Amino acid sequence: MIRDITIGQYYPAKSILHRLDPRVKLTATVLYLISLFLFKNLSGYLVATVFLIVIIRLSKVPFKFIMRGMRPVIMLLMITLLFNLFLIKEGEVIFSAWIFKITEGGLRNAVLMAVRLIYLITGSSLMTFTTTPNELTDGLESLLKPLGRIHVPVHEIAMMMSIALRFIPILLEETDKIMKAQIARGADLESGNILQKAKSMIPILVPLFVSAFRRANDLAMAMEARCYRGGEGRTKMNPLRYTGRDKAAYAIVILYVAGVVAVGRYVPLHIWIF
Amino acid sequence: MSIRIEHLNYIYSQGTAYEKQALKDICLEIPHGEFVGIIGHTGSGKSTLIQHLNGLIKATDGTICYNGENIYGERFNMKELRNQVGLVFQYPEHQLFEVDVLSDVCFGPKNQGFSREECEKRAREALKLVGLKEKYYQSSPFELSGGQKRRAAIAGVLAMQPKVLILDEPTAGLDPKGRDEILEQIAYLHKETGITVILVSHSMEDIARYADRIIVMNQGQVMYNSTPKEVFAHYKELEEVGLAAPQVTYIMHELAEKGLAVDIGATTVREAADSIMEVLGR
Repeated sequence: MIRDITIGQYYPAKSILHRLDPRVKLTATVLYLISLFLFKNLSGYLVATVFLIVIIRLSKVPFKFIMRGMRPVIMLLMITLLFNLFLIKEGEVIFSAWIFKITEGGLRNAVLMAVRLIYLITGSSLMTFTTTPNELTDGLESLLKPLGRIHVPVHEIAMMMSIALRFIPILLEETDKIMKAQIARGADLESGNILQKAKSMIPILVPLFVSAFRRANDLAMAMEARCYRGGEGRTKMNPLRYTGRDKAAYAIVILYVAGVVAVGRYVPLHIWIF
Repeated sequence: MSIRIEHLNYIYSQGTAYEKQALKDICLEIPHGEFVGIIGHTGSGKSTLIQHLNGLIKATDGTICYNGENIYGERFNMKELRNQVGLVFQYPEHQLFEVDVLSDVCFGPKNQGFSREECEKRAREALKLVGLKEKYYQSSPFELSGGQKRRAAIAGVLAMQPKVLILDEPTAGLDPKGRDEILEQIAYLHKETGITVILVSHSMEDIARYADRIIVMNQGQVMYNSTPKEVFAHYKELEEVGLAAPQVTYIMHELAEKGLAVDIGATTVREAADSIMEVLGR
């Protein structure tokens, strides 16, 4: 049941996107996310859609799998959609009933905002689908390295992040196991009101916390036993190195951002109210 | 009180990149009162199999009948099944959560809907069965030693007074003394109350000593399903899948090869010793 969450999950496949340097993917994702907010015209959305479809095809991650990651954010999407739909009053009224009024501007904003959010989530989850958590933190550490000069503990942050990410599946599995063990002892996790439900979580949360602390303790011990003492002077087994492929990817992404902003701003395209 | 498994299949994470068939066409019958041992390599599907028996995992395909009733049937009472089929997970001490041992053991019976007094009565009985001393009843379960925690956790399932007791590697991580004590207590329980015991382990010695029947699992399939004697006769095949017969099997086979007419089917040290003495004393 908990296994259904796909956001932030890695999807193993052999694609050009999987092989790219994590720094490229991180930078590209950030640029892509920013670019989504730099245009207004429908033409920009078209360019972004084409780009996104090409990237999804390149990543070899099944479309169904990406869509499954959308499920947890549907609520958020619906709320934004409804708020935009009913609260923005611009242009002609299309529909009106009782106190509800939908205007052209409201509809346009609601739809475009929803599309933007979906593209945002798809884009960033594509990065995590194609990058292992280890690569991700490696890339982040290397990108943030300049901050070390102003005494930001970059290595420690990266290490904490990779440990946290590494432990998500372990703790999920542990939760699953503890839940099963308590269900086997007759625990009822589903019925009852909110208070009873919260109370029924105690037999799961207490052992979970105990085991999380035990694991943290064991891990700290194991790291110390291997002489871990922070990032200073530490070398990597597989240091990140840019290849021709990565440079080409940088070029393509910059070209895309420039293109989508230029098209989205200066090429007018109107269909119905959009 | 029998359990019948028919053509059971289970696939993990079906429809994703992590899809894996954990169980393949399992057919088994476990009659009431039997002491069954399940052995298999890590990842052979034994833990997955036993979680089907009290409905924690729903089979992808196939049926399980408890007392002739299909547990996937629409009107089947899953809660009642869990009351009757007690499952002790691997490292059960990781599920302890209450402030003291006695209340933790009471958790099961309390969920079954018994009164406070009845819960405590059952908890005390269960704790006595696993041999935990009375002075520990009021202490925090987190203060106990590893072996004592394990006993308290097993008592937590026993207090529900199941008709079938399934134990997943109950001796993992215990020292030899703790291991023998826990196994002895399980054997005693089996003899005294006549409940069905299903013991999952990868120690051949342990299983050979107690089980009436051994089920060997390999890559999600049942490889052998028969008495210890017959299973260990296949010791060469067992080695090929990363398991081994008890040490006495090897000794007896070697003695037999050297021309001593001992019983090569002996599975426990006791039997082996008797057989050797008999041959030598002649």
